[in-house]
Amino acid sequence: MSATDRAPSERVDVCVVGAGPAGGIVAHSLAERGHDVVVLEAGPRVPLDERLERMERHQRPAHDWTEVWGMGGDRDAYTSTGDVDYPLNSTRIKGVGGTTLHWIGYTPRLHPKDFEMESRYGLATDWPIAYDDLRPYYAEAESAMGVAGAEDNPFAPPREEPFPMEAFPPSHSDSILDAACEQLDIDVHSVPQARNSEGYDGRSACVGYGTCHPVCPSGAKYDGSVHIRKAESEGARVLDRVPVQRLEHDPEGERVEAAVYATPDGTEHRQEARQFVVACGAIETPRLLLLSKSDIYPDGLANSSGAVGRYLMDHLLYLVTGRLAEPTGQHQVGFSTSVTHQFYDHEESTPGSFFVGFLNYAGPSPVEAALGDGGWGDDITAAMERSYGGHIGTEALVEQLPDPDSRVTLDPSETDDHGNPVPQIHWTVGDHGRATAEKAIRTQRDILEEAGASVDYATPAHSPLSGSHPMGTTRMGDDPDESVVDPRLRTHDLENLTVASSSVFPTGGAMNPTLTIAALTLKAAEHVDADL
Amino acid sequence: MELTRRDAVAALAAIGIGGGVVYGAFEFADRGVSDGTPSGTEDPDSLLETTVALAEVVYPPEVTEVEPFVREFVSGRIEDDDRHTAMVDAADALDARARSEYSASFYELDPEEGDALLETLGMSEVDPDPEGDERERIRYYLVNELLYGLLRSPKGGQLVGLENPPGHPGGLEAYQQGPDR
Repeated sequence: MSATDRAPSERVDVCVVGAGPAGGIVAHSLAERGHDVVVLEAGPRVPLDERLERMERHQRPAHDWTEVWGMGGDRDAYTSTGDVDYPLNSTRIKGVGGTTLHWIGYTPRLHPKDFEMESRYGLATDWPIAYDDLRPYYAEAESAMGVAGAEDNPFAPPREEPFPMEAFPPSHSDSILDAACEQLDIDVHSVPQARNSEGYDGRSACVGYGTCHPVCPSGAKYDGSVHIRKAESEGARVLDRVPVQRLEHDPEGERVEAAVYATPDGTEHRQEARQFVVACGAIETPRLLLLSKSDIYPDGLANSSGAVGRYLMDHLLYLVTGRLAEPTGQHQVGFSTSVTHQFYDHEESTPGSFFVGFLNYAGPSPVEAALGDGGWGDDITAAMERSYGGHIGTEALVEQLPDPDSRVTLDPSETDDHGNPVPQIHWTVGDHGRATAEKAIRTQRDILEEAGASVDYATPAHSPLSGSHPMGTTRMGDDPDESVVDPRLRTHDLENLTVASSSVFPTGGAMNPTLTIAALTLKAAEHVDADL
Repeated sequence: MELTRRDAVAALAAIGIGGGVVYGAFEFADRGVSDGTPSGTEDPDSLLETTVALAEVVYPPEVTEVEPFVREFVSGRIEDDDRHTAMVDAADALDARARSEYSASFYELDPEEGDALLETLGMSEVDPDPEGDERERIRYYLVNELLYGLLRSPKGGQLVGLENPPGHPGGLEAYQQGPDR
């Protein structure tokens, strides 16, 4: 069978839809247990030796951000109708590795309170599992992805295991903001991240290219292609550029029988399997279920609850930046090295959780300053001195609550390159999110002003940026009337259909979600293995 | 600030040419190691002459001794046949403009004339575009190409006190120590 053969395999043990971090981890976990696994990925394989060229596309002003990884076009068409525009095609990548190809790589754990929002605050809903249930999987995920971290965070949830690697030391500009925080009685600490601070798992230590988001050319930053390669080495078969069109179930509507996918020439094939795992993120996962409607499931597969697509959350991202009279040394590394989680475990119900991170890449880079100016010679020096120097900045990720009207549906008025209705994203922020944002922005301003910076930008509270962390659209719960998957991550409606994605989060907290996705995926893999 | 051939090797290594890039134990394909000899079909001499002369115009005045840097850098970059062809085409177009305005090749112009020619071409207003019209391709494949090579190298970073500019794999010490000026 050639590398480009996209014919289906004989009925396999497991068919995984999506080759991002969840798809890769579940495929590897099940393949190494001896199961026959096929992974179907809508996007292309991305050769590792192209990463330097992709970095150049990012750095040079002729190229749009979406050109770096080839997002957009008819394949990725969507509509946005909510309070805040949802910038899907600048946040999500279809390809082997998924969105982790351009993620920043931070891997904090959710806090215990994130699992207990209704019990503690009377807000939203509790998860059907607790932090302690997920704790061993968090440790396993940190080991699998390779997380560098330190136990210097007084606000972190309990852990017993050391991080696999030591944390990255703080930056020069961290020391400026750290001093300001000390005056404000704010404790600052390191950032756990899936980025090698030393050689790990056959991948290089970080060498400071400084372009992690959107491209790490060295391979020091973890991405989902790592586990896809591991899965293939364990015998899994991975087909790229084969978007799944729909899932088909048996006559009784109890089991999925096949994933119908299209090859680049438009031919449709059926991949049959004993178990199916849908791992295509919080937008495409509900979309696929809605596209798979049938006589038995006229509102979409696994949607007896009506919850598929609902409760869309993201983390609300707020930037506050300023300038100091002194050089701050930005852009020598592409990730943050200090944050504070001091404001995470709140007492009152609202405002809720947020954390503040210190930027090491505030303001334009020298290349951006010089090439963006259009000049040459003397003008280059002037442009760089004008644009690069005393920039300093913070970012805050803010919690929002699930809202049934914040949702992903199908938009029949527009179709993708296969004639399917595109996802319509209706993202709403909500009063809790806005109130929390106001506190976060005030905190960010206080830190910068205490540091002596003149604030030159603050994201408006009512108009957040997307944290690029869509969540919640196939929520987990014990009650089949209110949720899509059970605590085993299996759909209530179909006994061989599992979801591995942030789409199962009942609430989203304010922590970057990928480590939690990985932990849940490892848990799901155990359950699928048990069912085989 | 004197540029050297070694600076060019560092700039090329960051772009993955010349074997100096840090791939670690990652499973990148073997791209081979350059001996500095272009592999394209066009004679690179005129391209090198043109780009050296252009660098004398577009590089900041603090930067000196540009010729060894540019020769090394451009020779490495045109290992890619497509880029080689595109750069030669852009250089031919710039040369044609020089001959039209000054009856001389671009490399025969003094820097003031070269600067004036770029102004005449409206180069400060032109959007760089590898697929664009002649001026857009000159901006992308020659002017921005040379500036990009410089500014992602440690020597270019020094123009703003930056030891490890983005795109250069200069390790993890510099960011902790802050600016060096």
